[in-house]
Amino acid sequence: MKPFDYIRADSTTHATRAAGQGANFIAGGTNLLDLMKLEVMAPHKLVDINRLDLHQITEVDGGLRIGALVSNSDLAADMTVRKQYPVLSEALLAGASGQLRNKATTGGNLLQRTRCYYFYDTAMPCNKREPGTGCQAMEGATRLHAILGTSDACIASHPSDMAVAMRLLDAVVEIESAGGAVRSVPLSEFYRLPGQTPHIETVLEPSDLIIAVTLPAPAKGAQTYRKVRDRASYAFAMVSVAARVQMDEGTITDAALAFGGIGSQPWRNPAVEKALIGQKPSPELFAKAADILLADAKPQKDNAFKVPLTRRTLIATLKELCGKDAA
Amino acid sequence: MKTSLTINGTEHQLDADSRTTLLDALRNHLDLTGTKKGCDHGQCGACTLIVNGRRINSCLSLACMHDGDEITTIEGLGQPGNLSDLQDAFVKHDGFQCGYCTPGQICSATAMLQEVKDGWPSHVSADLTGDVDLTNAEISERMSGNLCRCAAYPNIVDAIRETAEGRK
Repeated sequence: MKPFDYIRADSTTHATRAAGQGANFIAGGTNLLDLMKLEVMAPHKLVDINRLDLHQITEVDGGLRIGALVSNSDLAADMTVRKQYPVLSEALLAGASGQLRNKATTGGNLLQRTRCYYFYDTAMPCNKREPGTGCQAMEGATRLHAILGTSDACIASHPSDMAVAMRLLDAVVEIESAGGAVRSVPLSEFYRLPGQTPHIETVLEPSDLIIAVTLPAPAKGAQTYRKVRDRASYAFAMVSVAARVQMDEGTITDAALAFGGIGSQPWRNPAVEKALIGQKPSPELFAKAADILLADAKPQKDNAFKVPLTRRTLIATLKELCGKDAA
Repeated sequence: MKTSLTINGTEHQLDADSRTTLLDALRNHLDLTGTKKGCDHGQCGACTLIVNGRRINSCLSLACMHDGDEITTIEGLGQPGNLSDLQDAFVKHDGFQCGYCTPGQICSATAMLQEVKDGWPSHVSADLTGDVDLTNAEISERMSGNLCRCAAYPNIVDAIRETAEGRK
């Protein structure tokens, strides 16, 4: 690890000022310290935000305001989340290990790096780690890589489970900047596509601190999170689907779908949902939804399996939520 | 960085480089070598210990971030002649071969049983809000952050299950 200075923030103002001067925030540290040990990241200064007062979950306007420092464990175990937003609990519990969930925070989970093996391997070129050096993943081992939202500069996938559920739930990120101004950014506008600048993953400016994530009032319908991976626990998704479907007299009256493991960011495509709403469930309808989702998929040699796997996982999820008799 | 840590009930003063992980602080600065270093990247769980009641990977946390924290390591759970229930059960069920992962397994399981008591669901729980039935599948899922390369898993699961049942 490269040497760094360490300070502990005593207020959000203190934290954002330090970040504006080039420090990196550290909260749970489960991704940052991992990357620092490999010198993939080498901040010269860390500002520890763990003792800021951002640990509360509060009910606001029928929805939920989740402090940025609420741990993944506490969020998954929160009774309101379990009852009103079960897809979020399920997604959190499908991610990482018990130890990591105890450390990982709500804000930090959103900000874990979009990454792949080549990003971690400092002997390899990587446009994300060292902009302009190229991407070795394209012709390499790509089992974990994305098939949607990629570019010719980067095909890394966003590995979060939590963020997929948050995307489904129309979460909004509350951000404080140096000077104290607070703004809200919908998660749908929070991540940037890699394009030619894969090292820039979000719309955050250097001094920006996530202080909370808010969820609107729970929407109607059944929710679920289905994750497919190479081993039964503690592994990234090959594909995951967060879904909410509302049925009325055999017709889908509302639907929302978000995907993990296949996109350069937590993936959602409104056209897929539009195709389902107002229709009666059928194998043809589900196949059409999968066609729309995967129309622009750009698989590599190793991850071409993700196209049929995503199709099958999506169809299985829709069958589950629409009811066994539906299709 | 000057840091004060309460480890197994005893306060320790540490003055180490900011890069020092909690794991390295214990092993290299405070002579508490019960906590083991495996992968050093949060993947194997050998370094698991309990901070303020929660199990964490001590390799992925800086010592300086824990100023004032209460830390429990394997040395604090039990000692020869005065083993904890879980330690006893690991011996009885032969829950190890080489033993390297064992301190992490036992610290992890100790905190995991508290999570169950607190009603936390897991990925394999049938119901997010119901009581937890600590089946073998539940134990395996909840312990997936602790690898045993000798693959003593069946015996580890038996030891944990028996301990949980004994406390009911």
